[in-house]
Amino acid sequence: MDGRLLVSASPHIREDVSVQKVMYGVVIALAPAIAGSFYFYGSRALFLTGLACLTALVTEAVIQKMRGVPVTIRDGSALVTGILVAFNIPPGVPWWIPVVGAFFAIAIGKQIFGGLGYNPLNPALLGRAFLLASWPVHMTTMWLPARGGTLSGITMRGVDAVTQATPLAVLRKVSEIISDPSSTTHQIVQAREVLADLGSVDSMLSLFVGRVGGCIGETSALLLLIGAVYLLYRHFIDWRIPVSYVGTVAVLAWIFGGPSGLLTGNALYHVLAGGLILGAFYMATDMVTSPGSPRGMLIFGVGCGVLTSIIRTVGGYPEGVSYSILLMNVATPLIDRHTRPKKFGEVKESG
Amino acid sequence: MRRRALVLAARVIQTRGQHLGLKTFSGGVHPPTAKGLTKGEAIVVAALPERVVIPLRQSLGAPATPCVSVGDDVKVGQRIGDAAGFVSVPVHASIAGTVSAVGRFPHPVGGEQDAVVIEGNGSEEWHESVRPREDVGSLASDEIRRIIQDAGLAGLGGAAFPTHVKLSPPESKPIDTVILNGAECEPWLTADHRLMLEKPEEILQGLSIFMRALGCERGYVGIEANKPDAVQAMRKAVPSGSGLTIVPLQVKYPQGAEKQLIQAILRRAVPAGGLPMDVGVVVQNVGTALAAYEAVHLGRPLTRRVMTLTGTPVARPSNFLARIGTLVSDLVEQAGSLKGDLAKVVSGGPMMGIAQFTLDVPVIKGLSGMLFLARGEVHAAPPDPCIRCGHCVHSCPMKLVPTTIEKFVVAEKIDEAVRVGLLDCIECGSCAYVCPSRRRLVHYFKYGKYLANERRKAQATEAETKEG
Repeated sequence: MDGRLLVSASPHIREDVSVQKVMYGVVIALAPAIAGSFYFYGSRALFLTGLACLTALVTEAVIQKMRGVPVTIRDGSALVTGILVAFNIPPGVPWWIPVVGAFFAIAIGKQIFGGLGYNPLNPALLGRAFLLASWPVHMTTMWLPARGGTLSGITMRGVDAVTQATPLAVLRKVSEIISDPSSTTHQIVQAREVLADLGSVDSMLSLFVGRVGGCIGETSALLLLIGAVYLLYRHFIDWRIPVSYVGTVAVLAWIFGGPSGLLTGNALYHVLAGGLILGAFYMATDMVTSPGSPRGMLIFGVGCGVLTSIIRTVGGYPEGVSYSILLMNVATPLIDRHTRPKKFGEVKESG
Repeated sequence: MRRRALVLAARVIQTRGQHLGLKTFSGGVHPPTAKGLTKGEAIVVAALPERVVIPLRQSLGAPATPCVSVGDDVKVGQRIGDAAGFVSVPVHASIAGTVSAVGRFPHPVGGEQDAVVIEGNGSEEWHESVRPREDVGSLASDEIRRIIQDAGLAGLGGAAFPTHVKLSPPESKPIDTVILNGAECEPWLTADHRLMLEKPEEILQGLSIFMRALGCERGYVGIEANKPDAVQAMRKAVPSGSGLTIVPLQVKYPQGAEKQLIQAILRRAVPAGGLPMDVGVVVQNVGTALAAYEAVHLGRPLTRRVMTLTGTPVARPSNFLARIGTLVSDLVEQAGSLKGDLAKVVSGGPMMGIAQFTLDVPVIKGLSGMLFLARGEVHAAPPDPCIRCGHCVHSCPMKLVPTTIEKFVVAEKIDEAVRVGLLDCIECGSCAYVCPSRRRLVHYFKYGKYLANERRKAQATEAETKEG
């Protein structure tokens, strides 16, 4: 002993956790979906994902240098943002789309607020929103059919619209035709056939494994759920947000999502199609931008679910996950304030 | 598929609470218990020290006033410091010898404190005032309280609250239950565990003394379920029809925190800002119960206690019966000295203990252990930004939002910090333990409480000067 003892406040031991471990845990959880994107969309998916990650890391490092703060790109948070930006863009876009998206996500979504922990909105989703607003054609049409499947998950009968769109877009189109009074009988019959096809076991299975068109990382519910189980097991995410989010979408889709009136919607289809699983388990659960208390998490999840359902059924986009989460991110401080846990032994003041 | 899901669900539940069905509180953390080094080590009587340094401040409340001078000869158990008021306890000589100094010496709770130094003469002769009591059965409750105060009892669990004060609730707060705290939820420490194995009858006698002093019928001993041998030993020692119950508790930190213990055993919530007596309960440590037995039955003041000296750098980790005032450096020698790369020395356990800057601190009444940590066991990495993961919120046994309190304290907005629960914090350290960003939460809570206290004092003086 050299006589010099470390003196600091208690506790003197700490659990073996760190921001780095949490972030790389998320990367590990996303690995199956990354592999899936390679399988379904080929090396272009990996190339775009790599570009997004590289841009995110470089942007973070350069801005931190400029700000004169320690460069923390090893903590894994920029890497996670990079992957999630790529996961939210179609696989057929030009190379500069993920670059711009990742740059915007890190620079405007994160660093401008002070870096990790201080951003009010999910950086990756902000990046996606920016891309969607700036290059809507790229972001909504440059889909690729998945290996072993079609864009919509069903093979159809000479109707071009069906093979040229993603599952949710097809669902939206047929719902519109069915509820539009000016549709011809033939159109309605055809739309009903498509609808039945969408709900078939085959189509559901395609959605579940990811054999459909969509954003790079969102299509395979199976691979995303494998990672989610890992995150739940490691306690890196809490079940409340994803379960309440997905549950709300399912219930509302069943009640309002059907073209033939109330209680005719296909809940499972709404859950598996689009970016709901990716959003609910990997983005709505972003710790920085979601509430911390159990009650707050449930409110947040239900809020995301309601907004997603509204956008999908009556809004202007076929997909509503990213905007729903961003809107609920804005509400997070408010939710936190009103769901502060009751102190141990706290007595309600009477009168 | 479904069966797998069930198995997985069962596993998740298992990892969240290892002992389902056992009583506990909500929140808390699961640090490694690390008790293996000493839980099998029988209590050893530490060698008679040549010199003891006995601090006059060994309990909450006013420090004792010295009643001996340099050059005086003292015997074991002789009073060397008088209680300075009701919330104060006397201190006694723990060895026989000569007073060689009265001055300021390092104290395990921090800084330097007034202390009486005795150079021993090698004898273990008790003072004439120490006599076993024959008439224990006929003692009235205020006699018991007086004996306990005169014996210098202060909580041996660590907080060192004067025992007789806890036994003197106001008329308006009737007590119906005494709980003995044998949870020993701090990792590494095994002193209470050994005590319950080796002195169960005496501990229960002490519990009966507390119950008599308070005039109540119900007594419990709460023990974490990772000490099944202690549960068994204590159960065996319970006299039939005595109204005493041994309660095994879920292994979870801070199971031994007073309010959490009451919550677990009785399902009563002590109101925020209140005391156990507000729900009719008094909690005492098992070591305090043993000291009460020795004070009342044997007439012995508190001059020694069992404490754990442990940690990987310690050659022979031990449970010592050490005299109050024995320097830790002396005990380290008896434990075969230190090996390896020592980084930190902590009085008490690793979750709430106080880091020491020297080993020349004495054993005091509230010292349950001295923990030595090696370089690789302490985390000195700088904190990262809060990522709002909420782990601290889930772990807080007081249901506070630690990060919010931290933010207010950092900004020195003490009123706001108090509003969100600064003063409800029990500094158990659960939040900082689980924080992935290694934020120094407890550090700021202590600082915030200090600021709150300073300001209260300043306001009091201001009010006085205005009146005067």
